[in-house]
Amino acid sequence: MALVRGAPLRGALIPLRKRSGRGWTLGIYVARRLLWMIPVLLFVILITFFLAHIAPGSPWDREGRQLSDATIRNLNSKYGLDQPIWTQFGLYLWNVLHFDFGTSYQHPGQSVNQLILESWPYTVKLGAASFLVIITVGISLGVVAALRQNSFVDYAAVALATVGASVPNFVVGIVLIVLLSNFLYKFTAGNFFLPTGGYPQDLLHMIMPVATLSFLPIAFLARLTRSATLDSLRQDYVRTAWAKGLRERLVVTRHVLKNSLIPVVTIAGPLFAALITGSVIVETVFQVPGIGRSYVQSIEARDYPMILGTTVLYAGLVALLNLVVDVAYVFIDPRVRLE
Amino acid sequence: MAATALLAQDIDWENPQQIGLWTDAWMRFRRNRLAVGSLAFVVLLITLALIAPLLERFGLLQDPTAQDVVSNYLGPGAAHHILGTDDLGRDVLSKVIFGSQVSLSIGILVQAIVLVIGGSIGLAAGYFGGWIDNLLMRFTDIMYAFPDLLFVLIIVAALGPTLLNIFVAIGLVSWVGLARLVRGQVLSIKEKEFVEAARAAGSSPIKIILKHLLPNSLGPVIVTLTFGIPAAIFTEAVLDFLGVGLRPPQPTWGVMVFEGYAAVDAYPYLVIIPCVALSMTMLAFNFIGDGLRDALDPRMRR
Repeated sequence: MALVRGAPLRGALIPLRKRSGRGWTLGIYVARRLLWMIPVLLFVILITFFLAHIAPGSPWDREGRQLSDATIRNLNSKYGLDQPIWTQFGLYLWNVLHFDFGTSYQHPGQSVNQLILESWPYTVKLGAASFLVIITVGISLGVVAALRQNSFVDYAAVALATVGASVPNFVVGIVLIVLLSNFLYKFTAGNFFLPTGGYPQDLLHMIMPVATLSFLPIAFLARLTRSATLDSLRQDYVRTAWAKGLRERLVVTRHVLKNSLIPVVTIAGPLFAALITGSVIVETVFQVPGIGRSYVQSIEARDYPMILGTTVLYAGLVALLNLVVDVAYVFIDPRVRLE
Repeated sequence: MAATALLAQDIDWENPQQIGLWTDAWMRFRRNRLAVGSLAFVVLLITLALIAPLLERFGLLQDPTAQDVVSNYLGPGAAHHILGTDDLGRDVLSKVIFGSQVSLSIGILVQAIVLVIGGSIGLAAGYFGGWIDNLLMRFTDIMYAFPDLLFVLIIVAALGPTLLNIFVAIGLVSWVGLARLVRGQVLSIKEKEFVEAARAAGSSPIKIILKHLLPNSLGPVIVTLTFGIPAAIFTEAVLDFLGVGLRPPQPTWGVMVFEGYAAVDAYPYLVIIPCVALSMTMLAFNFIGDGLRDALDPRMRR
């Protein structure tokens, strides 16, 4: 249990057998965090369930459609909406435990699992591409700005980071559309993202959503990387590295970058959350048939099972990814100790 | 750095004058031109938003909901409509100014809710510690796990899209950061000697909290609240844009984007103008926040 006692984690001083102690602590930590997710998710389901049910309007109200009372009663009993709300809640929990999120109201006959699985790939594709863009552009911008402090590149990066943090992402998307759509593509406002356009086409279509999704995180990451790099540039070990005559490339990659990336890992958690909430907006701007857009649609349609399913999915994902980030942190920064 | 704010030779050593926290903070803030400019901009915006009904009454500004289908889609620079008119011939300038009422009030009033909820939870958790702390912080952790925007969307959908509900919904999800901050502040301040002295002198917990803990943690709290303003403005605009928040004909920036977005190819100015207003306002609040952080955050003083 080297971690608990506060012994150094790495280095020659640790005998090999202590490693098992570290794994053990880590195991307990992960198990505790996973257990903690249960009340979190339960609370999320509880809140969402009751909020969704007190919402005015019923899933059977549609514009230009008036159902008879008998039909509504039939529909209610079919979907269990005529039962007391606690019974509904218990039933729902029981089904969720079996990974069954129910049947969608707006798309009769289709299960929520199926609908989420259909829209999921678009969101994941956009999210993954944006993640790559954010990491590469954000970090390199920050590092270059720090290495050439007070140069033009630095000022440009700082300005971008400041502006980027203040411009709403739907504004970025709209500005891109206004500026680029006429030049780059013969797109119309209703058709920015064609899911079956074939590979090269898909990539072209992804440029604008990905740029929109990554703009704010890039600004944030660049600012963070810049200050972290500036900080590590002043450390003694970097001075030592320069003093022993290492080339710049080696100093930067081996000594500076390795340490300035530690705080960057911390934002990976918020970054996932930003990509997820960002996807709700960006998918609406660019009409992507992903999970964020379907979420907004299901809120408008009072499609309780869809709202609940998506919220649980999002909350679970955020909690899980935060855990992954925290565990990764232990491996990257030897100073971090688990409690 | 206090040293640059006030050099030794500037001080009148014969008649030493106490430089209080707020005077000192104002002196630092004033040196940040961007922040001062932004403050002026925000003051101007607030004034415009407040006197907009008066301007309308005296004919300087048109009714933002008055339709004039004959002169619709006038581009910016048209006679009598500096920023043009929209699809129903409503004056865009007047819509922007009346829209600022919603954005500014949401941004600023939400912070009141955040201060009340986050401040009291943080104070209670930090001051009492023990199981109260544990309970409150676990609750905060749970709230933290909830994706903000999704929660706001659900609350607004559940309560109905009125200004008051949007204001409550954003407030209900935004207090988590402040609660954690206040708790941390209180934990560090309550061990200080002056608090111990107050306790020894027999002050009641309420008095210690209000007289000692609150004023001493005020700086970072103000900074956090300032940064909360653009975040709240953004969330409200997103709700309108997604079609879940306020609805037309209510003139708000988010609604203007929502309305104009359908014809963004043909009439981009209808979308660009509210976007610019929104971005500039958020940018101004962020600059003020930066300036306040440099001026108030004790960690920035060396």
